[in-house]
Amino acid sequence: MSASSATTAGVTGPDVRHSATARVNKHKADWRGWKFMWPFALVFIFVFIIPICYAIYISFFKKQMIGGTKFVGFENYARLLGDTQFWSSVGRVALFTCVQVPIMLFLAAMMALALDSMKLHGTKFFRISTFLPYAVPAVVSTLIWGFVYGAKYGLVGSLNDVLGTNLDLFAPNILLASIGNIVTWEFTGYNMLIFYSSLSTIPHSLYEAASIDGASEWQIVKSIKLPELKGSLAITVIFSIIGSFQLFNEPSILQNMVPGNAITTYYTPNMYAYNLSFSGNQSNYAAALAITMAVITMAIAYAVQLNSMKEQMK
Amino acid sequence: MSAATTSAQSLREQERAARRAEKERQKRIARDEAAERRRAEKAGFANVNNPRRSVALTFLCAIFAVYCLFPFVYLMINATKTQADFTSTFGLGFGRTFALWDNIVTVFTYQDGIFGRWFINTILYVVVGAGGATLLAIMGGYALAKFRFPGRKLVFAIIIGAISVPGIALAVPQFLLFAKLGLTNTPWAMIIPSLVSTFGLYLMWIFSEQAVPTELLEAARVDGASEWRTFWTISLPLLAPGIVTTALFSIVATWNNYFLPLIMLKDANWYPLTIGLNQWKDQASTAGGQAIQNLVITGSLITIIPLIIAFLCLQKYWQSGLAAGAVKE
Repeated sequence: MSASSATTAGVTGPDVRHSATARVNKHKADWRGWKFMWPFALVFIFVFIIPICYAIYISFFKKQMIGGTKFVGFENYARLLGDTQFWSSVGRVALFTCVQVPIMLFLAAMMALALDSMKLHGTKFFRISTFLPYAVPAVVSTLIWGFVYGAKYGLVGSLNDVLGTNLDLFAPNILLASIGNIVTWEFTGYNMLIFYSSLSTIPHSLYEAASIDGASEWQIVKSIKLPELKGSLAITVIFSIIGSFQLFNEPSILQNMVPGNAITTYYTPNMYAYNLSFSGNQSNYAAALAITMAVITMAIAYAVQLNSMKEQMK
Repeated sequence: MSAATTSAQSLREQERAARRAEKERQKRIARDEAAERRRAEKAGFANVNNPRRSVALTFLCAIFAVYCLFPFVYLMINATKTQADFTSTFGLGFGRTFALWDNIVTVFTYQDGIFGRWFINTILYVVVGAGGATLLAIMGGYALAKFRFPGRKLVFAIIIGAISVPGIALAVPQFLLFAKLGLTNTPWAMIIPSLVSTFGLYLMWIFSEQAVPTELLEAARVDGASEWRTFWTISLPLLAPGIVTTALFSIVATWNNYFLPLIMLKDANWYPLTIGLNQWKDQASTAGGQAIQNLVITGSLITIIPLIIAFLCLQKYWQSGLAAGAVKE
């Protein structure tokens, strides 16, 4: 320990003193961990904690034409409650979440089970090809799908010419589904990999034991594999909910590929906040919106987590 | 000299022979397994460790694989077309002229070669941002796994809470804060927020817990090694597969980031590829703008190639690394 004080004293002054005493007295706190923790903690405070506190702070103020900013208490939040544009955007992402997340996770789980069954010709190929879309930036995948969807120059347009159909994936009533397809394409592989990793931790002796006891393959899936998936399901559900409530990249990139005004400036809460603060110059109101969305998202994620924990307790 | 070459030659020959023997052995194993499967099938038993390959299941998965791969094919085919061919010929067929090389050259020379600048910017953000994020995550995860320091539980709670805070809640105040410090429109605005990877921290925490035996650390301490030296010489090599995974995911997150540079950077000279490509795409819809969709598509292809190569080459690492992460869940 004396050697360590000499070499690291320059890096973390006070910690060394503590760790030296920790050797002598076991009841004293062991500060050595901070030697490795502080760089992360420092940056984290700077880019997470301070901005969040700052956002909460400015959400209680309002910019005025004359007299600068003024403290207005909960006025921004009250305005938000009555803002129909805001609630329509929340409704849209809620609908999106309810439809897209189950489809994506179902596909991911099925694919993971298929890969894990070892019954495929070329398991390796399927694993990598399902995961590959994750490596593609949202901008590029949205651009590709946008070009595919395009009725004028895209693949859908060419198909319409050949088949004589009049398919339009940018039509306002199916636009959300078209965006859902892009998101599903991007993230199914990622979720599949999480499921697959948790399946691959099951010891194979368990399957052997089950088959000796006369369990059919279906029974093995039902009683061994599906319960194992449940644990990782909680994580994937929460990440997916958070992800789709934050929907921004895909609609914002598609915005001027879509004819007309189908994607409004308040299409999703995230887009609304972005437009409020960067083109509307209403950053205080945008901060209130962002915090409200954070609270809603966390409440839903928390509820889902509690539910899945209860399930596991049973 | 000649003795050395002959011995090198014989070594190479030995190597080749060993490889041939290994191939033979694999073939034999495959043959035996197939025979065993046939036997098991006749006897009415299914071998759980080596089940029969199913054509129907493979076919179902192939449908899904086609869905996953078809946009890549579309991208590759259309990168070979001129702008005129792109708008006039069939989406999944080749154009009248094969213009891939022309497109690549134009991508790098258009607007005084700004695409190259974007590429270098992206590399800079990835090396400094994602590299730094990986280092911080390794150290932090190691600390959480191997030390019981005061405030450890608080660190946990805050980080788990922060994961569920939407990026949107952060973006606006982050921008205002950075603007006050005069950091917007500089590379720092892109690099500093990229340094925090909570997912990486989580992954490294789980991984350190499993891969670094506490007894080994104790032994090093007894031998008088400092914590710092123990970390670099003993723990780091043990953590290698986890580090590759964390690095890969940080690289993807930084390389693909769109929202952060969108709000932080206004100067096109500091754009990463993602924002640059989007600006090129928007050029078609601005008044009087020339549509350069062929360049957008070729540029997209160039953007994704490095990441795809990285994922293909490092397959072994990210799969085993994530598997370790999944144990805890």
